[in-house]
Amino acid sequence: MEKTVNQKAWFLVLPVLVLVAFSAVIPLMTVVNYSVQDTFGQNQFFWAGLEWFREMLESERMWNALGRQLLFSGIILAIEIPLGIFVALNMPKSGFWSSVCLVLMSLPLLIPWNVVGTIWQIFGRVDIGLLGYTLDAVGISYNYTQDVFAAWFTIIIMDVWHWTSLVALLAYAGLKSIPDAYYQAAKIDQASRWNVFRYIELPKMMGVLMIAILLRFMDSFMIYTEPFVVTGGGPGNATTLLSIDLVKMALGQFDLGPAAAFSLMYNLVILTMAYVFYTVMTTLEKRGG
Amino acid sequence: MRINKSAIVMGLYLLFLLLPIYWLLNMSLKTNTEILNTFTLWPNSPTLDNYRTILTDPAWYMGYVNSLIYVVMNTVISLAVALPAAYAFSRYNFMGDKHLFFWLLSQRMAPPAVFALPFFQFYSSVGLFDTHIAVALAHCLFNVPLAVWILEGFMRGVPKEIDETAYIDGYSFGRFFVKIFMPLIASGIGVAAFFCFMFSWVELLLSRTLTTVDAKPISAIMTRTQGASGIDWGVLAAAGILTVVPGALVIYFVRNYIAKGFALGRV
Repeated sequence: MEKTVNQKAWFLVLPVLVLVAFSAVIPLMTVVNYSVQDTFGQNQFFWAGLEWFREMLESERMWNALGRQLLFSGIILAIEIPLGIFVALNMPKSGFWSSVCLVLMSLPLLIPWNVVGTIWQIFGRVDIGLLGYTLDAVGISYNYTQDVFAAWFTIIIMDVWHWTSLVALLAYAGLKSIPDAYYQAAKIDQASRWNVFRYIELPKMMGVLMIAILLRFMDSFMIYTEPFVVTGGGPGNATTLLSIDLVKMALGQFDLGPAAAFSLMYNLVILTMAYVFYTVMTTLEKRGG
Repeated sequence: MRINKSAIVMGLYLLFLLLPIYWLLNMSLKTNTEILNTFTLWPNSPTLDNYRTILTDPAWYMGYVNSLIYVVMNTVISLAVALPAAYAFSRYNFMGDKHLFFWLLSQRMAPPAVFALPFFQFYSSVGLFDTHIAVALAHCLFNVPLAVWILEGFMRGVPKEIDETAYIDGYSFGRFFVKIFMPLIASGIGVAAFFCFMFSWVELLLSRTLTTVDAKPISAIMTRTQGASGIDWGVLAAAGILTVVPGALVIYFVRNYIAKGFALGRV
């Protein structure tokens, strides 16, 4: 749509600007403030310069948390994206069953995040959970509070359970926008199922898939509640992801300076990702989405 | 043959999705003795006692009331400020519009963990700590940008000629917006409201950090079911099931827009 230039539109945006400034900029300034100061209590602060940033960049703790975070995001993307596409391809295109699938698939997306954690915490327990009990019964030793591998397995399968539907729903929306004529043309050309997917469906889904990948990457990058409820970051620090580590540092140990420096660097990474996201979206729209 | 294969794939996937939820439901209908001592796939003697515990104890059910209060407040605030802003973004070019639009998106993506401590100090210092409005305002951090993005997506679908015709017919901006424009994007408003409601309802970190007693949300109360005699599994499961209900009830109405909502209005 052709937009007209109108500077008065600023007045319409003003409430949003004020509200978000109130709830984002002011708190963020507090963080910036802490990140360059040191305190000995009693509200006495000293200029610390970039000391905290240097300390955080050299701390093994942060690099380890970042490593675990990247591993986690990498694994769930590698599972959820192909699985989501596969599910979307098998969804009924219309009618009663399509509605049933849409509603049931959306269910996990709407469950409060800590309840998601609780569900899997219970589900995985060897004594009362179906998954844990079954695994134990077939002779696989499985204890997510003690065993690192089991803990990772639990939080990954939980995330797959929680968010694969999102990828599937987005891919499904992309598939539905393909005109029937494309499939008829493919039929005339006697294209194989694989070729239909490779040359018709995948290119047409690419836009929404980019959105799905970026959304999943960013949301998994700041995941906190679900793994926290299930494992509490343990055993040891094995599942302490970035957000869990940050909350431990800021609210648990009250190490304000390092936590603030950590926050800012964390935010910077997210901001960069958001920029990529935005660029992808706007290019897609210009191309005629 | 292909239809059958698809049905099997979907069946397996839905089974995978529903099994953990079923298990929670199953446990919520059992007594603790049955949960801990026998392993059964369905409750042997179904009981509603766990639900009764929650619905008769103010310490429990006030959690739901608190959650609902701040979630509704947040939805109303978010929509009220997002509607005019989304209209501006969808219709006009103005100085810095693209930067502002991106900045909003970046707020939606900001990790709540970063904001937990500053929010705590900020709302404590202005005396709003442990109030519903504090949580509602804190959740605006991600819900206002979400609402703006979703609404902008819907508003772009409305041809601009409608605006122009209305102005020629002598409508003022306010009257046009409420009388003509809002009914046209009613479904968009519904979807945006649903997503604001949902994201505020599912969030725990900020709402837990900002409350202690008076405005404590149900999800935070759930994290404390451990009593002297260990965890009360049945009640925990029942509380979990009750938090799923609000989403499950309205999901049918937004089923066709759910992808659009999660993708910030961009599908």
